[in-house]
Parts: sequence; C-alpha cells; structure tokens
Amino acid sequence: MVSYINLLLFFCIVLLFAVGTLILAKLIRYQDPNFDPIKIQPYECGEDPVGDAWIRFSISFYLIALIFVLFDVEVAFLFPWILSLSKLGLLAFIEMLIFLSILFLGWLYAFKKGDLRWERQ
Amino acid sequence: MLWVEIGISFVKIALVLFVVLTLVAYLTLAERRISAFIQDRLGPNRVGPFGILQPLADGVKFIFKEDIIPDRANKPFYVMAPALSLVTAIVALAVIPIGKGFNTTLFGLLEDPFYVKLQIADVNAGLLFVLAITSLSVYGVVLGGWSSNSKYSLLGGLRAAAQMISYELSLGLSILGVILLAGSLRLNDIVEAQQKIWFAIPQALGFLVFMVSSFAETNRLPFDLPEAEPEIVAGYHTEYSSMKFAMFFMAEYTHMIVASALMVCLFLGGWYPLPFGGWFGIDIERYWYLPPIVFIGKVFFLLFLFIWVRWTIPRFRYDQVMKLGWKVLFPLGVLNIIVTSAVMVFVYK
Repeated sequence: MVSYINLLLFFCIVLLFAVGTLILAKLIRYQDPNFDPIKIQPYECGEDPVGDAWIRFSISFYLIALIFVLFDVEVAFLFPWILSLSKLGLLAFIEMLIFLSILFLGWLYAFKKGDLRWERQ
Repeated sequence: MLWVEIGISFVKIALVLFVVLTLVAYLTLAERRISAFIQDRLGPNRVGPFGILQPLADGVKFIFKEDIIPDRANKPFYVMAPALSLVTAIVALAVIPIGKGFNTTLFGLLEDPFYVKLQIADVNAGLLFVLAITSLSVYGVVLGGWSSNSKYSLLGGLRAAAQMISYELSLGLSILGVILLAGSLRLNDIVEAQQKIWFAIPQALGFLVFMVSSFAETNRLPFDLPEAEPEIVAGYHTEYSSMKFAMFFMAEYTHMIVASALMVCLFLGGWYPLPFGGWFGIDIERYWYLPPIVFIGKVFFLLFLFIWVRWTIPRFRYDQVMKLGWKVLFPLGVLNIIVTSAVMVFVYK
C-alpha cells in the first residue's frame, strides 16, 4: 500500500514540476509587445497556409487502430495466463495454443485482406 | 516511523528527479558530441571546458525564448500536450529498481535501522505499470500534433500514433517470456531471477524483439518517422517553441532512459555484473552501492547504443516500418512465447 502512495506522490511532484516549469517560463520569458501577426501563422514553408489543416487522412490509420485494439486485448489476456502457467501445466498450455491459433487466424485474415499493407492504390 | 518513511520517499523522489533531468540535459550534449565524433566534426565545445556547460546555456535560452502559439491552434490541448508527454515519460521511472537497498539509522537518529529500498515504489505489478504508463505517452504526441492545426504536425502525430500502437503489441509479447521465467511482475523479482543467468540468453529472440520495439516506441532512428525532418519538417512538434518544445525534447530523452532501464531490468540482469554467477559471493547488503553502479553503467551503455544507432543507420520508409512491426516482429513475438511456454511445460514441468 505504501508503495502506491509513493507512486501517487511521485506523480504529483512530477506534474507540479511540469506545470511549474511552464508557468515559470511564462513569467520570465520575453514577449514582443508589438509582434507581427504573420508570426503566429502555422508553418507551411513560408507560404500562407492553404485550407484547413484538419484534413481527411488515409483509412489505413483507422484500420491499424482497429486491429491494434483487437490484438492488444488478446495480449492482455496472455499476462494472467503466463503468470500461472507453471501451476496449471499442460492443460493451460493447450488451451492457450487454441487461443493463439484463433489469434493467428485473425492475423492471417487481416494479412490476406491487405489491411496490414500500407501502400494502397 | 511513518514520518521517516515519508521523508525518505521525498528525498528519493527529489534525487530521482534531479538525476533524471541532469542526465537528460547531458544526453543532449552527448548526442551532439558523439554525432560530431562519428561524422569527424568537433561539436559544441565552446561553453565551458569541452562544452560541458552547453546544456545549461540551452536551458536558459529555452526559458527566456519567446513563445509562439499558432493562431489557429486549439489552445488548451496545445499547452497540455508537452506537459502530458513529459509527465508520462518520467513517472514510468518510479518502479525501476537500481539496486536492492541498505539499512540506515540516519546517522544515529533512529533507534532501529530503517531499510531503504533503491526504488521509489516497489509495486507488485511494476511491469504492468510501466507498460500502462508508456502507452499513455502516445497521447502527448497525438494531442500536440493535432492541436497545432498545421499539416506537418497532424501528419507527424498520425504517424506517431500508428507506429507506437503497432510496436506496443510486439513489446508486450516479447516481455511475456521474461514473466514466465521470473514468475512475477515485480521488477525486483525479475532482476533477482537473473542471478544465475541473464534473460537475454534464454530469451534472445524476445530481447531482439523488445529492443527493436523500444527503438520504435521511443521514436528514435531508424524509426523516427513521426519527426522525419526531410519529409514533414519536425513532425508533431513543428509548431512548438521555447519551453514547450524543450519539454517534448526532454520527454523523448526520458523515454530513452526508461527504455534502457527496462532493457537492463528485464534482459540484461539488472544489477548483476556478469551474465553468469551473480555477485560471486560479494555481500551486496554490505556494499550496497555496488549494484547501482553496475545498473547505471549498463544503462549508460544502452544510451550510448541509442545514440550510436541513430548516427549509423538510415531511416526506414513508413510502409517498411509498419511491415516490420506487423509482419515480422508480431509473429516473432508469438513464436517466442509459444516456444518458451512449450519448453517450460514439457522440459521443466
């Protein structure tokens, strides 16, 4: 229990440090009173920015995120299994083999469908 | 007794924070000096002897520099992102044990000796905690990239998100073998279990997968696509300046320290000096300062490796990065865990 309190304490102090640094920098840094508004344009190689930056992006990013959620849940299942494998023995091993082969089938499906392929037409 | 404990916790936290921030500052100098050495240049050598005061000069400059927030940025998230990234990077260090510990009476102040652990929080799910916190670090990068409202930042943030979640899978899988061998998630127990042999030897494949994945998780070359400067300016921190930029920078270097410390803990024997044989009968309860020296020495070597790799290997293309993660490292991680558990079940029962 004490270790979790230490953890919380550490988190609070680090948070305080991060926020404190930002505030300190805000207090003492130089701020040009009459700066050119062109300075706060988003960077686009010196040109005026064209259109909105929140553009539509490739569907691949969504697909990767979806596949990640699926597989990460399965990896999370493996943690308690691996911790108790030495007590459970052969039965648990076979069960996990079945589980992993289903995982592999899912991976193979994503592979065949081309969802893991980045370059698209 | 409770007050002693809290006081010692504060001292440990202050020490860790101080050491980590100093180390981060000097890592930037080391990176520049080593890269200069590799490319046959001199590197920064003007501020102080051999340039050792350069990080101080950089820090002062960062604090006094004018801060620019782009006019279209989403301000709350824009300000929050660097702090989030730095906090999640540093907090992961709380559960890393750099040695066993020692008894102290605080120079005779206490009647009973107090056992000080060389670790901030000895959590029994330490490894899970590190995994959880390091996966939170993707938020800082993505929020920073999205809220800047600049095309380069958005691209960098998206790339970072896809890359970090892809390699998190193989990272998690490669750790499983170590957990099986150690039988615990406590980092102390995992290091203790390596007294006879470092896990890098029976878990060579796991170590390889873990190492490559942690290079990708820290966004270091050869996987620094989120900030690939010839393609997308500076990626997710294109629009950041002054202290906010410095915080992203510090977060990146802190991630390197966390990754190195984890590699040492999980695969390279923690505070055991050689792959075999533990401490050869040296009483480390008495010479308690020896384990931290060994541990930190190994971390320094791995940090050097990070820098060395950065200035030696060229950058991958993004499709190659994703291919390596999903089609090579992920199956290798699954294979490693099947083989390891089969050996455990059939050979060692």
